[in-house]
Amino acid sequence: MFDKILLAVGLTSGLYLVRNLYTMLLVLPDEAAQGMIYRIMFFHIPSWWTCFLSFLVAGIASAVAIRSKSNRADSLAVAATEVGLAFTFVGLATGMIWAKIIWGIWWTWDARLTWAFITALTYAGYLMMRNMIPDPSERLRVTGVLNVFAFASVVICYKAIDWWRTQHPGAVMSFRTGGGNIDPAMEGMTYHNFIAFLLLCVVMVTLRLRQEETLREIEGLRRLAYSR
Amino acid sequence: MLRQSWQIFLKDVRMELRGKEALNASLAFALVVLILFSFAIDPTSEQIREISGGLLWILFAFSGVLLVNRSFLREQSNDCLDVLLVNRVPASALMLGKTFANLLFILMIEAVCLPVFSVLYNINLFQLPLWLIGICLLASWAIAILGTVFAAMTVNLRLRELMLPVILYPMIIPALAAAMYLTNIVSVGKVPEGDDLIWVRLLVGFDVIFTTLALGLIDTILVD
Amino acid sequence: MSVLSASKVSKFFGNFPALRNLNFTLEAGDCVALLGRNGAGKTTLIHLMSGLSRPTEGTLDITRRVSMLGHGIGVYDELSARENLIFFASLATVPINVEEWLERVNLKDVADAPLREYSRGMRQRLALARAFMGEPELLLLDEPFTSLDDKATALLQTLLAQALARKCTIVLSTHQIPEAMALATRILFLERGKLAYVGPRPEEMLTDSTWLYRTYGAIS
Repeated sequence: MFDKILLAVGLTSGLYLVRNLYTMLLVLPDEAAQGMIYRIMFFHIPSWWTCFLSFLVAGIASAVAIRSKSNRADSLAVAATEVGLAFTFVGLATGMIWAKIIWGIWWTWDARLTWAFITALTYAGYLMMRNMIPDPSERLRVTGVLNVFAFASVVICYKAIDWWRTQHPGAVMSFRTGGGNIDPAMEGMTYHNFIAFLLLCVVMVTLRLRQEETLREIEGLRRLAYSR
Repeated sequence: MLRQSWQIFLKDVRMELRGKEALNASLAFALVVLILFSFAIDPTSEQIREISGGLLWILFAFSGVLLVNRSFLREQSNDCLDVLLVNRVPASALMLGKTFANLLFILMIEAVCLPVFSVLYNINLFQLPLWLIGICLLASWAIAILGTVFAAMTVNLRLRELMLPVILYPMIIPALAAAMYLTNIVSVGKVPEGDDLIWVRLLVGFDVIFTTLALGLIDTILVD
Repeated sequence: MSVLSASKVSKFFGNFPALRNLNFTLEAGDCVALLGRNGAGKTTLIHLMSGLSRPTEGTLDITRRVSMLGHGIGVYDELSARENLIFFASLATVPINVEEWLERVNLKDVADAPLREYSRGMRQRLALARAFMGEPELLLLDEPFTSLDDKATALLQTLLAQALARKCTIVLSTHQIPEAMALATRILFLERGKLAYVGPRPEEMLTDSTWLYRTYGAIS
C-alpha cells in the first residue's frame, strides 16, 4: 500500500514536471531582457527553496534524534541532508549556466554563490563524519549535534554574506516585494515547479529513509550474529 | 560548576605549558606561514595593507586548529575523560574549562604573531589597540568554542586531524569574515562606525549563539 | 540503604540490544562479582552504573560518589603524582588528604616527578589511589587483577578490604574467578545481555569456577 502511494506521488511529480516543461517552453514568451535563458530560473529558484526546506527538516530531525535518541529521526536527518545536498547542486549548476549566459562568467564571488558553496561543504562534512563513526549510537549523537550546528551556521552565514555587497539579482517574488516585479504567469510557473520539486523531494527522502532503516537493521542483525 | 571549569582550565594550561608541544609547533607553523605571505604578495606594496586582516585570520584559524585538536586527546590517552565524567564533572563545565584554555593558547599565538607581522610588513596594527584586542578576543573565542566542540566530536576518529578542519572551517566563516573585515579597517587607524558595526554585532551574535549551543549539546556528545 | 537500583533497564546500540530488561539493587557494603562471557554486556553494564552512558529504557538510580578503575589508568602522564591527585581531589565533593594517600601508595618520595618517568607498577599504584581516595560509595572495577604487579595486587587487596569495612559497594568485573570469589558476597551473571543469575554467591563457585555457567548459562 505504502509502496503504491509512493509510486503515485513519484509519478505525479514526474507528470507535473512534464506539464510544467510544456507550459514554460511552448506557452510562456521569452523574457524581455534575458531572452530564453530566463526559463532556467523555474528550476533554479524552486531548487533552492527545496534545498533549504530539506536542511530545515534535517535540522529538526537531528534535534529530535539527539533529544529522544530516536533512530528513525536520525535516519530522516541523513536522508533529508543527502537530498538537500542534491538540490544544492542542482541550484548551483543551474545558477552557473545562467550566470555564464547573462554575466559571461561561470562563477563570481557573489554572496549567494559563496553561501551555496559553504553550505555544500558544511553538509558534505556531515555526511563524511557519518561514514567515519562505526558505532550507531555514537554516530547518532555526534552527527546529530553536528547537523544542528550546521543548520545554525548556514542560517547565520546566509545573513552575514548578504552584507558583503551582493551581485545576485534581488528578490522578485511578490511575497517578498509586494508585487509588480514579475509577470504573474512567470511567478505562477515558479510555484508550479516548486510543488513538483517538493513531491520529488518527498519521494527521494522517503526512499532514502527506508534504505537507512534497512541498513540499521542489517547492522543490528550483524552484531547479534557476532555476539553468539 | 565554575569551580570545576577553573580546575580543568588550570590543569589543561599546566599540561600544555609543561611540554609546550602544541604551542611550539603551532607557533613555528604560524611564523613559517608569515614568511610565506611575503612570497605570495609583494611585501613592500600597498596591497598587503588592505589584506592584512585576511592573512592574519587565515593564519590564526590554521594554527588554532592545531591547538584545539590536542584538547580532548589529552584526556584520551589513559581514559581520563571517563574518570572526569564518572566523578560527576558536568560535560558543560569540562567544555568551558577547555575552551578557556584553548582561548588562552590562541591568544598567546596572536600575541607573538601580531607584533611580528607589524614589524616584518611595516604595518602598524596597533593604532587602535583596544579595538584590536576586542576583535582578537571575540574571534578567538569563536575559534575556541567551535574548535573545542568539534574536537570532542572527532577525538575518536582515526582521521581526526583531517576531519576537524574539514568540519570547522566552513562553519566558522561568518566569524572569520567579520574578524578579517574589522582587522582591516582597524589596522589603517579607522574606528569602526556606521555600517562597520554590523560586523561587530555579527561577531558577538555568533559567539553567543554557538556558546549556548555548545554548552547545551556537549553532554549529548560525551555521554552515551 | 540501596546504592544503586536498576528497574527494567535496557540498552540498545542502534537496533542491537546490548542489555535487556535488567532488574536489581545493590546495597551498601555489597561486594558484587559481575560475571559473563565476552560480549555478554559486562562493560556496557559497568558504563551504565558509572553514569558514562544512560539506559535506553528503564530507570537507573545511582549514588553520587562513584569511582571507576577501568582499562585505562585514568591519570595524566604529563603531570606528577602529586599534581594528579590534587587535581582529582579538587573535583571531589569530600575533602581529601592528598599527602596521606601518597604515603599509603608509597609514592611520597617520587611525588613530584612526571608520570612518564614512572615504572608500570608505580603508575598502577597511583591509579589505585586516584580510584579509592574520594571515599566512593560505589566502586566499579573492570578487570582489576589483570596486569597488576605483586606490590599493586597486595595494595589492591588491602584497599578493597578497607573499602568494604566502611560499607562501600564494590562491583568487580573479571574473568579471574578464584580471586573474585574470595571477595564476592553477591553475583550478577550476564548471558547475552540478560541477567541469568542475581543473588548471593553460591558455595559451589568457591571450588568450581564454571558451575554458574553450567547451571544458569545456556539461555537464549
